Amino acid sequence: MTDLPAPAPRQSLIARAIDSDIFYSFRRSKLTMVAAAIVAVLLLLALFAPLFVVQDPFDPRQLELINSRISPLWTADGQRPFLLGTDEQGRDIFSAILYGMRVSLAVGALGVAFAAVLGIGLGLIAGYVGGAVDTLIMRIADVQLTFPAILIALLIDGVVKSALGNHLDASTTLLVLVVAIGLSFWVQYARTVRGSVMVEKNRDYVAAAQLIGLPARVIMLRHVLPNTMGPILVIATINLALAIITEATLSFLGSGMPDAMPSLGTLIRIGNNYLFSGEWWVVAFPGIALASLILSINLLGDWLRDALNPKLR
Amino acid sequence: MSIRLSSLAAVASLIAAALTPASAQTLRYANQGDLKSLDPYTLRESTTIAHHGQVYEGLVARDKNLQTVPGLAESWETPEPTRWRFHLRKNVKFQNGDPFTADDVVFSADRVRAKGSDFATMVANDTKVIKIDDYTVDFVLTAPNPILISQWDVWYIMDKKWAEENNAVAPTPAAATTPSFASLHANGTGAFSIESHQPGVKTVFKVNPNWWRKPEHNLKEIIFTPIASDATRVAALLSGEIDIMEPVPIQDISRVNSSPNATVMSGPELRTIFLGMDQTRDELLNSNIKGKNPFKDIRVREAFYKAIDIELIKTRVMRGLSTPSALMIAPQLFKLSGDFTRPKYDPDGAKKLLTEAGYPDGFELSMDCPNDRYVNDAAICQAVVGMLARIGVKVNLIAQPKALYFAKIFKSGGYNTPFYLLGWTPSTADSHNVLYDIMGCRDNPNSSRGLTNIGGYCNKEFDALADKVLQETDNTKRDLLIKAAFEISNKDFAYIPLHQQALAWGVSKKLKVAQRADNQVLPYWFVKQD
Repeated sequence: MTDLPAPAPRQSLIARAIDSDIFYSFRRSKLTMVAAAIVAVLLLLALFAPLFVVQDPFDPRQLELINSRISPLWTADGQRPFLLGTDEQGRDIFSAILYGMRVSLAVGALGVAFAAVLGIGLGLIAGYVGGAVDTLIMRIADVQLTFPAILIALLIDGVVKSALGNHLDASTTLLVLVVAIGLSFWVQYARTVRGSVMVEKNRDYVAAAQLIGLPARVIMLRHVLPNTMGPILVIATINLALAIITEATLSFLGSGMPDAMPSLGTLIRIGNNYLFSGEWWVVAFPGIALASLILSINLLGDWLRDALNPKLR
Repeated sequence: MSIRLSSLAAVASLIAAALTPASAQTLRYANQGDLKSLDPYTLRESTTIAHHGQVYEGLVARDKNLQTVPGLAESWETPEPTRWRFHLRKNVKFQNGDPFTADDVVFSADRVRAKGSDFATMVANDTKVIKIDDYTVDFVLTAPNPILISQWDVWYIMDKKWAEENNAVAPTPAAATTPSFASLHANGTGAFSIESHQPGVKTVFKVNPNWWRKPEHNLKEIIFTPIASDATRVAALLSGEIDIMEPVPIQDISRVNSSPNATVMSGPELRTIFLGMDQTRDELLNSNIKGKNPFKDIRVREAFYKAIDIELIKTRVMRGLSTPSALMIAPQLFKLSGDFTRPKYDPDGAKKLLTEAGYPDGFELSMDCPNDRYVNDAAICQAVVGMLARIGVKVNLIAQPKALYFAKIFKSGGYNTPFYLLGWTPSTADSHNVLYDIMGCRDNPNSSRGLTNIGGYCNKEFDALADKVLQETDNTKRDLLIKAAFEISNKDFAYIPLHQQALAWGVSKKLKVAQRADNQVLPYWFVKQD
């Protein structure tokens, strides 16, 4: 009779995370660490924006026209406290970027969440139920895949806005953008989840669950879904960057966030008008902020994809 | 030696230039906004009117200096003060080949005052239009009107037969959601015909070889594209992709002037930019004040006026290129403008006035503003929003392209705005147009008075003065009457005049243009070199 090995002492969650494969591959990649640091800094700046800004750029009372078109602090005409200069309306660019990033991140995150819920739901149903339901859902998905997401978003945005009239305030516009982005990104989730579900549903544990008479809803949500989450996480990360870009594109084209509550895309659109006149800071800094945010999130997404892919280990 | 060589070369190139015939050219023109519709009675807006002027013509025309000259009418006389007789030009053909006759004038006179027309002030409802023979038309008025024809350069004559054949007898309202035949096709007597028209994308004009005038231009076609983005428009001009564009964004004027390809032609414009307030509705639209309309209280209007720092808008938003105005008309058009001054910028006084009126914490309302019509229009509106925020008034700004904007706030859209920014150039180059069209009462549905008085300011005393202005022939007395009228409206704070903007065309150095102070871009005077 051999002794059973003593059970390993149960580690704390943090210790387990540090010990995990994923964290190991994270530590191995300097690029990922830099990207993560940038994302973390930008997220913190956006989340706690009111602590860092000199004015609330969304409050017209705090904008002084007399402070308009000041160049960044380190240039000859720079003025305190406007670190990155001001735009035509006297809006501090640094404050506007932080608040704009909040809007961009909010639209991006909510849009991705909406797309994920929709896509996962439809994918689960399609994969688990199969048959005509599957065909219907996946053909709709196929049709939608033939259009670029930005076109779908523009279409939805246009239809909703003409249906609701021109009296949209900034927060309604934000919701419209979330819906437009959500509806244009759900397909990837649906296809991925459906694929995973088709594999999973023939496994023994599903058969066992069906045998003991669990309802389909419970099997789908409690048993099948958790096993399909890996790829979803990767898609969501990469989609977050895409959603932010889509929002920025919509705002740049003038059908996104209004000038009174600008997102990064709106700021770039406003600044674009001053490209020729030497007031480069109005467009450059929001552009840099958007580019570094997107690039960092994408790098994180790439790393996550590799780390979660068993074939690449 | 080198000097001789270069002078030889110069002579040679001169000879070459002289030998080359002036070949027909293509003009590429861009504006920040599109032309709203091809129907010449849909929208009274300078950009659109100027486009129509390429294709259509009126009985009278205006030359490069805005003087009235004969157009489709060769001559006219007034046998009695209330009867105007027009002798029409013979052998004029519409672009589809139909001859131009008195029937077309009678038809156009009926169409222009029909429901849905934005030009109803051109011909009064009680005016009788009588065809005497094929080339003579009488206009019989109920009261003398010495300036009857002063706006007729933009009352374009349409082809009766063509309109009837194509179901285009009724004018297309600006708020129409489905385009009519006349809004997508055109058939005038003018210098160019429409080759193709894609709203919002591109409009191509082709030269009309049968034009009755001798052309001063050397163009064979005009390609018009709306380019809303300031930076893109400037880039297109600098790279030579377009030959002329309007307006040059004021932040880019020095950039364009320093380029080898193009220059900015600027000058004072006759347009007055102003803010209007809804004074007719019993409840203000889109406001948190229910059951009453704060703008009916003169103190609120005065508070709004005093809350606006016009000098700051001039220096910061307009970069010095505007002339703050105390009147609803440009000083070039009214001799006694110098007698008026704006009330001083006084935010504390404004706040006090609001408190007295019963709004110590201000109130909330929406504001309509175009974003592709006037120089820095949306930026001016944003600045106004900020200034009003300081006296506690919260403004939700709705800035949108002019096609949507005009359709909403003009008559065809039901004057659907509580507070708006608009610009106005009197097409008569005279004060009466301002007093009648944008400041007169609009309470009589059978009169075209106040057609563009969106806020609905109404003062009968003021209207009586405007009527006297119309009939007064002595210029000194007339100016005094106009002054008295403006004194009333200024005392009532009927409107908040802001400024006259500067006109700025970006023009390629290959192009010779005639620039009119009413900012109409009229290529039939343009000559383009190779």
